[in-house]
Amino acid sequence: MNILIIGNGMVGYKFCEKLLAKSSSAQFNITVFGEEIRPAYDRVHLSEYFAGKSAEDLTMAPASWYAENNITLHLGDPIAQINRAAKTVDSHKGLTIPYDVLIMATGSAAFVPPIPGVEKDGVFIYRTIEDLEMMTAYAKKAKKGAVIGGGLLGLEAAKAMIDLGITDTSVIEFAPRLMPRQIDETGSNVLKAKLETLGLKILINTNTSEILGDGHITGMQFANDTKIDVDMLVISAGIKPRDELAKLSGLQVGQRGGIVVNEKLQTSDENIYAIGECALFEGMIYGLVAPGYEMADVVAGNLTGGDKSFAPYDMSTKLKLIGVDVASFGDPFVSGDGIKSIAINDANKGVYKRINISADGKTLLGGILVGDADQYNMLLQTVKNKVVLPPNPEDVILGSRGGEENAGAGVMNLPEDALICSCEAVTKGMICSNVAEGGCETVDAIKKCTKAGTGCGGCVPMIKDLVTGTMKAQGKIIHNVLCEHFNYSRQELFDLVKINKLKTYNEVLNMFGKGDGCELCKPPVASILASLWNEIILKKGNDTAQDSNDRFLANIQKGGTYSVVPRIPGGEITPDKLIVIGQVAKKYNLYTKITGGQRIDLFGAHLSDLPAIWEELIAAGFESGHAYGKSLRTVKSCVGSTWCRFGLHDSVSFAIKVEERYRGLRSPHKLKGGVSGCIRECAEAQSKDFGIIATEKGWNLYVCGNGGSKPQHALLIASDIDEETCIKYLDRFLMFYVKTADPLTRTATWLNKMEGGIAYLKTVVIDDALGMNAQWEADMENHVSTYECEWKVAIETPELRKRFNHFVNAPAEKDPTAKFEPMREQVKAKDWK
Amino acid sequence: MIAEATSTVWFLACNVADVPLNGGVCVKYNDQQIALFHFSRRNEWYATQNECPHRMQMALSRGMIGTQGEEPKVACPFHKKTFSLKTGECLSGDECAIKTYAVKVEEGKVFIQVNGEL
Repeated sequence: MNILIIGNGMVGYKFCEKLLAKSSSAQFNITVFGEEIRPAYDRVHLSEYFAGKSAEDLTMAPASWYAENNITLHLGDPIAQINRAAKTVDSHKGLTIPYDVLIMATGSAAFVPPIPGVEKDGVFIYRTIEDLEMMTAYAKKAKKGAVIGGGLLGLEAAKAMIDLGITDTSVIEFAPRLMPRQIDETGSNVLKAKLETLGLKILINTNTSEILGDGHITGMQFANDTKIDVDMLVISAGIKPRDELAKLSGLQVGQRGGIVVNEKLQTSDENIYAIGECALFEGMIYGLVAPGYEMADVVAGNLTGGDKSFAPYDMSTKLKLIGVDVASFGDPFVSGDGIKSIAINDANKGVYKRINISADGKTLLGGILVGDADQYNMLLQTVKNKVVLPPNPEDVILGSRGGEENAGAGVMNLPEDALICSCEAVTKGMICSNVAEGGCETVDAIKKCTKAGTGCGGCVPMIKDLVTGTMKAQGKIIHNVLCEHFNYSRQELFDLVKINKLKTYNEVLNMFGKGDGCELCKPPVASILASLWNEIILKKGNDTAQDSNDRFLANIQKGGTYSVVPRIPGGEITPDKLIVIGQVAKKYNLYTKITGGQRIDLFGAHLSDLPAIWEELIAAGFESGHAYGKSLRTVKSCVGSTWCRFGLHDSVSFAIKVEERYRGLRSPHKLKGGVSGCIRECAEAQSKDFGIIATEKGWNLYVCGNGGSKPQHALLIASDIDEETCIKYLDRFLMFYVKTADPLTRTATWLNKMEGGIAYLKTVVIDDALGMNAQWEADMENHVSTYECEWKVAIETPELRKRFNHFVNAPAEKDPTAKFEPMREQVKAKDWK
Repeated sequence: MIAEATSTVWFLACNVADVPLNGGVCVKYNDQQIALFHFSRRNEWYATQNECPHRMQMALSRGMIGTQGEEPKVACPFHKKTFSLKTGECLSGDECAIKTYAVKVEEGKVFIQVNGEL
C-alpha cells in the first residue's frame, strides 16, 4: 500500500514513527514530501536555537533515519496538486507519485494581520529556522524591538528578541490581557509585572494601525494615536492552517480555515486524512503538539487494523515563558451554577494560582498557575481523573503547611489509565507495569521502553515518583546503598562508624560490609572517617582507600602530572608569597593560572616533585588548599570596608576567619563559601554552598547555592546576625550536611531532596529541631582544634613521603610519557587521543 | 636460536614492603611500565600494563583496587574505567583490554614474569 505524507513537520514525522512501530516494514511504501529544506525539527523548542542549540540539535531524526526505514523523503519540494481521481500528487519539482492513502500534515503558517507596512524590511514572522536565521542577521543592527502578539507564540518571540540581544523590546497585544486563551486578567497582571522586571514593555489593548518607515521599519503607529520607535518587528499573533492545497483539491475546508476532518481524521475524501494544525475537528484547530501526535496515532493505528477515534483534546498546557512558569489546565475560566474559585495572588513573589471547583467542593474543574507551576502535573491529573479533593481544597495549591509532605503518594493514588505523558500517550498503568514486570527501575529505563518523558519532558518528575512508588509498593527498598559491598546509605554508615569508633577502611568493611571493596565505597568511607576523626588521611592503611587525588594530595591532570593549589584564605596574599609561588613555578616548570576561587593553581608537577614543591611552599608559610579533596575549597571575598567606598564590614577578615575555621573539613562533596562586604555582592556569595553578605546591622547568611552545571542561588537562612551567631549557624549547617548527605551530593542538591526544604533546614539549624546543635558545635570545635596541614605531615613522615614516586624501582626517574607543549610562554599538557 | 629471545623471564620488581597494602605501584622494566598491585585483603598479587587504554595514560598503578562480585579489578583514576586484574578485560563495557602479568613473591621480594631478556 502506498502511503504518501504531505508535510514533514513534527506531526508528519511522528506519524511516520508511529506507522513504523505498528506495522511490518514490507506492509507500506512510505513517501514524504516536505516544503522546508530540513527534515522535521522540534518547533516547540525553536527559541532554544537562540540560546545556543543548533539546527541539528532540534532535528527530530536525521535524513538517514528515513533512509534506514525505507521512507522516501523529498525535501524542499512542496506538493503543487492532488489528482484525487487518479490518486496521484504532482510535486513542485515535477514528480508525480501515486498514493492509496494520502496524509496531509501541512501544519500552519504564521497569521499576519493586514496592517499597512507589513512588507517593510525588518518585519519578520517567527515560524521556521530560516525565519530565525534572517532575524539573527537583522538583529545585529537593531536596538529597539517589538513583537505583535501577547499570546504563547508572541511571548516566545519576545524571548527570542531578548536572546538576540534586543532587550529593549515591546510586546503589543490587541486583547485586554496577555495569553488570553490560557489565563485570566489577574494572571495576566502577574505575568505582565514579571515580564516588566525583565525589561520588556507590555502594551495591552493596543491595536497597530500602521508600520512606519521608508523601505524599512522605523516605528509603529497605534490606533490610540500613540506611536513608538522600532527598528525590528516580529509578528507572532497566531497561526493560520495551511489548507490552500486542500482547497485547491476540492476538499471541504472551514470558513475560517482548516481542513475539515471526522473522528477518524478523514477529510471529505475518504482516502485523504489531515492531521495536526491543518486539521479542523469539530470546529477546532489544535495548535499544540500533543493533540497533533494523538491524531498521528489514531490514523497510524487505524491504517494498521485498529479502530480508534480522535476525541476533543484537553488543551491544558504548561510552559516556561522567559523564565516564568505559566500553566492552565482543565477549564481555566469556568463559572456558573455554584462553581467556586479559589485564588491566591502573591504580589510579593509574583505568583498567582487559581482553581475552579465544583459546587459540592469535591472535584477540580480547572485552573491557572502563573509564576510557580510545580503543581501542574498533579492538578491536571486531579481534573482528568476526577480525584476527590481534600476537605480543604486550597491545600492543593498552598501545599500542606508546616508539616510533612509526601510528594510520591499523590501520584500513586491516580487510576491506572491516568495519562501521564500526553506527548507519547503513556498511562500510569503502562509505566507501573514496566517497573514491576519489565524491570525498568529508573526514569531512563522507562524512557527507553515506553518513550514517556521523551517529548516535552514535563512529566519526568511524575515518572520518577511512579518508579519510586511502584518499587516501594513491591517491597523493594529504595535505599541509596553505597555499592555491592555495603548495604547501607552514607548516612547510616556515618552513624555506625561513629558509634563503633572505627578508624580504618578495613575495619569498616570487616564489620559492616562484605567482599573486598571497590572504587565506589572506598572514597565515601574514607571521607566519613576523615569527617569524624580528622586524622591524617594517608595513615593507618587508609591511603589506598582514598580517591587517587586524595591519595597523592594533588589533582591528577592530563598526562598524569598533578596540579598544586596552596591555600590563599579569602584570596588575600602578600607580595612576598606571590614571589614564592612564582619562583616555585619557574623552578619546576609549572603552568600557572588564577582559579575561580581566588587562588593560584600550578599545573604540570611530576609526582616525584610534589614533596619538594610543598617543602618550599610550606617554608614560605603556605599550607594545603585541599583542592584535591571533597572538602572546603575556598571562601571567596570582596575587598570590603578596608578599601571599598561602599563596604559595610570587613569581608576579607571574615572570609579568612571562616576559611581557616573549616579548612580541611572532609564532606560528601566539595564546599565553597563567599563573603561580600555589601549588597553589591562582588564575592558572588549567593552562588556558594554558604554565602555571607554584610548588612547595615550585621550579616545575612545564605546557604545551599551552587554554580556549575545547574546553577542555583543560595537561600537566606538568617538576617542581620553578628559574626559569632553566623559561625554558630555555619557550624551546625555544615555538620548537618556532612552527617546526612549522600556521597557526591552538593549542598544545593541535598537541600532540594530534603523534605520541608529551607523551612525545615531553618528549624534544625536555628531552632534546634533535632536537638543536635550542641553536639554539632562540639564536633566542629574538635575539627578546628585537631586540624593539621596534611602536606606538612606528608613531607615530614618518611614512609608517606616515599609514596610520591612514579617508579617504585627507579625513584629518581620521572614518567617519560608525561609530555608538554609550549603555549603563550608557558606549557600545556600534550593532548590525549 | 631466535626463539630464546622471546622466552619468559621473572624479573625482580621490588620488595613486598615497597608496595602499599591494597594498592599499587608502577614498576619500570626496560622502557615498559607495569602496574603492580598488592591486594593484601585477599593475599593476592597482580600485575598489568600501567597504561589505561581509554586515553593512553600511565595511571593504572595509581588507581583504586577492589572487587566486582568475585572479580578483582582496578579503576583508572582518570575516568574510572575498570579492568579485571585477572584477565585484563574491561569491566565498564568497553572493548579495550589490558595486558596482565604473572607475579610471584619469594622471601620478601616480588617478581614479575615478562617476555624477553633480563
